[in-house]
Amino acid sequence: MVGKLMEKDKFNYFIKTEKNNWEVIIGLEVHAQVVSDSKLFSGSSTKFGGKPNTQVSLVDSAFPGMLPVINEYCIEQAVKTGLGLNAKINLDSIFDRKNYFYADLPAGYQISQYKNPIVGEGEINLDMPYGSKKIGIERLHLEQDAGKSIHDLSPDNTYVDLNRSGVALMEIVSKPDLRSPEEVNSYVKKLRSIMRYLGTCDGNMQEGSLRADVNVSVRKKGETKFGTRCEIKNVNSIKFMEMAIDSEAKRQVELLESGKSIDQETRLFDTKKKETRSMRSKEEAHDYRYFPDPDLLPLKIEKSFVDNLKKKLPELPDQKKDRYIKKFNLSPYEANVLVSEIDVSKFFEEVIKTADIKLAKNWIIVELFAVLNEKNIEIKNSPVTPKNLAILINQISSGNISGKIAKEVFDIMVKTGFSADKIIEDKGLKQQSNPEEIKKIIKKVLDKHSEKVSEYKSGKVKLFGFFIGEVMKISAGKANPKLVNEILKTELKK
Amino acid sequence: MSDLNQNTLTQITNLIKTKKISSLEVTKFFIKNIEKAKKLNSFITTCFEKSLKDAKNFDSKKNYNGLLPGIPLAVKDLFCTKNIKTTAGSKILENFTPSYESSVTNNLWSEGAIILGKLNCDEFAMGSSNETSYFGNTINPIGKNLVPGGSSGGSASALAANLTPATIGTDTGGSIRQPASFTGTVGLKPTYGLCSRWGIVAFASSLDQAGPMTKNVEDCALLLEAMSGYDPKDSTSINKKKEKYSKNLNENVKGLKIGIPKEYRIDNMPKEIDNIWNKGIDILKKSGATIVDISLPHTNYALPTYYIVAPAEASSNLARYDGVKYGYRSKKGKNLIEMYENTRGEGFGREVKRRVLIGTYVLSSGYYDAYYLKAQKVRKLIKNDFDESFKKVDAILTPSTPSSAFKFGEKTNDPISMYLNDIFTVPVNLAGIPAISIPGGLDSKGYPMGLQLIGKALDEQTILNIALTMEKAINFKNSINRWWEN
Repeated sequence: MVGKLMEKDKFNYFIKTEKNNWEVIIGLEVHAQVVSDSKLFSGSSTKFGGKPNTQVSLVDSAFPGMLPVINEYCIEQAVKTGLGLNAKINLDSIFDRKNYFYADLPAGYQISQYKNPIVGEGEINLDMPYGSKKIGIERLHLEQDAGKSIHDLSPDNTYVDLNRSGVALMEIVSKPDLRSPEEVNSYVKKLRSIMRYLGTCDGNMQEGSLRADVNVSVRKKGETKFGTRCEIKNVNSIKFMEMAIDSEAKRQVELLESGKSIDQETRLFDTKKKETRSMRSKEEAHDYRYFPDPDLLPLKIEKSFVDNLKKKLPELPDQKKDRYIKKFNLSPYEANVLVSEIDVSKFFEEVIKTADIKLAKNWIIVELFAVLNEKNIEIKNSPVTPKNLAILINQISSGNISGKIAKEVFDIMVKTGFSADKIIEDKGLKQQSNPEEIKKIIKKVLDKHSEKVSEYKSGKVKLFGFFIGEVMKISAGKANPKLVNEILKTELKK
Repeated sequence: MSDLNQNTLTQITNLIKTKKISSLEVTKFFIKNIEKAKKLNSFITTCFEKSLKDAKNFDSKKNYNGLLPGIPLAVKDLFCTKNIKTTAGSKILENFTPSYESSVTNNLWSEGAIILGKLNCDEFAMGSSNETSYFGNTINPIGKNLVPGGSSGGSASALAANLTPATIGTDTGGSIRQPASFTGTVGLKPTYGLCSRWGIVAFASSLDQAGPMTKNVEDCALLLEAMSGYDPKDSTSINKKKEKYSKNLNENVKGLKIGIPKEYRIDNMPKEIDNIWNKGIDILKKSGATIVDISLPHTNYALPTYYIVAPAEASSNLARYDGVKYGYRSKKGKNLIEMYENTRGEGFGREVKRRVLIGTYVLSSGYYDAYYLKAQKVRKLIKNDFDESFKKVDAILTPSTPSSAFKFGEKTNDPISMYLNDIFTVPVNLAGIPAISIPGGLDSKGYPMGLQLIGKALDEQTILNIALTMEKAINFKNSINRWWEN
């Protein structure tokens, strides 16, 4: 199956010019906020959306004599994420100070990990239309977030909100293995999916829980040496990442083809103009003066701690997908759709606790997704609960309603949130399965259309459908189609 | 009322416990002494209203269970004190009042002590003469024109002049032991991690350690016991049970091996210091200890190593004083960068700026390996020197300083000669081990000179015991005539 797809859809993302085909090389530094009630080095709350400066301790605001104390839970979360990325867990790691001055960085340094990160090399598997592809992970390290400078509240002043100051982030650095905006899209989604499965990052990009610095360079197809790269800072949506890469790659190609060279620099993506612009050159780059934070001892993790977390690791998307394919006989496509978001797989697994798997998968992928897409809501806020969808499916399986009626019922469920049982009951939609009752209706129809009965008997068998339609009309669609079929056949033979 | 000028901390504690004197009487006595000693400029802040209120409160409750029942104490102005101004001797924190109490001072108040005020010190504890303080020079009670040493110069001055029955300082490269040596008092730098750093304005985090400064060794044991202890708020704090230094204090040094490092016999050291050192060696011999010649081969590199590591950490620790959140902010400057430059330019003194610049330089890319990384490696070698020696000996005896107290201005234009003052004290901080300075005698000018006992990590008890033995034999008397009270 996969092989077939590869033949059909070959990788084909190159910047094509008259002279050349340019390959685009992309590496990502994803900043993922750790799911934790309190900050990396203080007990302050990490809740999103609090009033400015209400979630700030003396440590977060760097008062004299304040000292950081590592939040063990954040360590656990980072290790779990590392395990989810099949990465090497470093039992010894070091927290360093990254020194720079800015108004929203109260201590004048950010505590981060420089040469000795907590997680080393790992990898992520992507399912692309042209086959599966492994993307290398270079490292994952823990660091503090800075506060937020607000420049647009007043023409003369900048305001600082330190609620984010000290919140734990994981910086996940990929190898330069990505080759197209689509691969970046898939990579970020897969990474987010893994972290959501693990419960280590909620991946909410609107709230800034997940953002990325994107490194882009280009080279002529076939070359093996990397070109000079530019780093696009702080891109906070997958769509913007794709757009930024496309525009940056084209900019670099234009420069190179006109005989110019690329300056290694940090750039910003202008979301209005849809292009990148220079932020600072290599010469202007900060000298962060990294050195080990003397307030914190080197971090030592016991092997048993890691082993324990490994044992408790939940089933991850790739494993779940394999299981769905094997156990539920789903196609790889269907399995992928159901596992890529943990909330979808949770929904699915809840429904199939009591309902038929085949019907469940179809109803979720086709009907429910259509509704969710249309209303732009997430599955966890679905107006139809897993329990109610299971009830509806069981009404179909037990022959109480037809598929057609079920869709009607489903629409009402979406609007009202009521259960299928209640709607079927209230509206009297239950399928008519009493053969005597159905026989009565059929006789009525055949009596009314005696000419057509004669035509049928003289060979115009197409009229069978007409009789069915009339029966369904009279029964308001409730007559059990299977029974109608059988009884009608018998009656017409008489 | 007895003359409290003649009493030690331990004696006053006993007087209060046996109800021979009230906390209020003691407090009033020291307040009177402080008020008569304005010339010494030992205090940056006093809080007598609170002192008297706390003393009355203590007397009414009559809870004598603490180690420091109703004892008034002044502390170095590097310890953050709740609702009492804390300046670190700097203009940049001139009007800073913390909303929190440092763990070490909190331990003191929990043991029954009450606060008298905040003592002068070198700006951010950077200095060896107290001359870098924004709040002016502190005078050594030994002589009008003499520095009290530094950085805990205000603490040493106030203690020697009996403006507080005991005090606490911090020691990053000798800031407790050198002023103790210059004022004829006792000062101990504990093992790194024995006293919490939480709430102490940071200078160099991997070296800073709070410690007691007292009139004698017995007091030193008592105060160390009161101030030390594990603190989960400091990740470098050592998690162990509190020692009973006072109860275990004894004069039995028989059979102990004392190391004499040959590298501490430096060129141009005054003969008098050598004599006092030799006298100390004789006392130990007579007390039944064995003297062992040892070598600490990397001693020569200690000072340059210290002056890379300490400024590096300081340059980062002091980045928070930027005018944004608290403390001094310059009114000049058109943008954020200019505000930073002016605030720090106006708020910091010369010595602090010098060290921030050195620290920034040694951490810069391209220089990091040659300076900071190298210094860290040498630091390890210095620590190894001590580890090796302590396989052979129980403690090490050295002079505390290469000279007695010097005059104001004598070294201010020569930072290197000022830094050389720390030559005997700095290696101990780099190794993270404890050391105590006790008065060894007077030089020909009548100025005190200290002897330093260096111990194994967490073996404060042994050096306290040796110090007690030597103290008895030396029978040092400071000749101070309270000239400032006229």
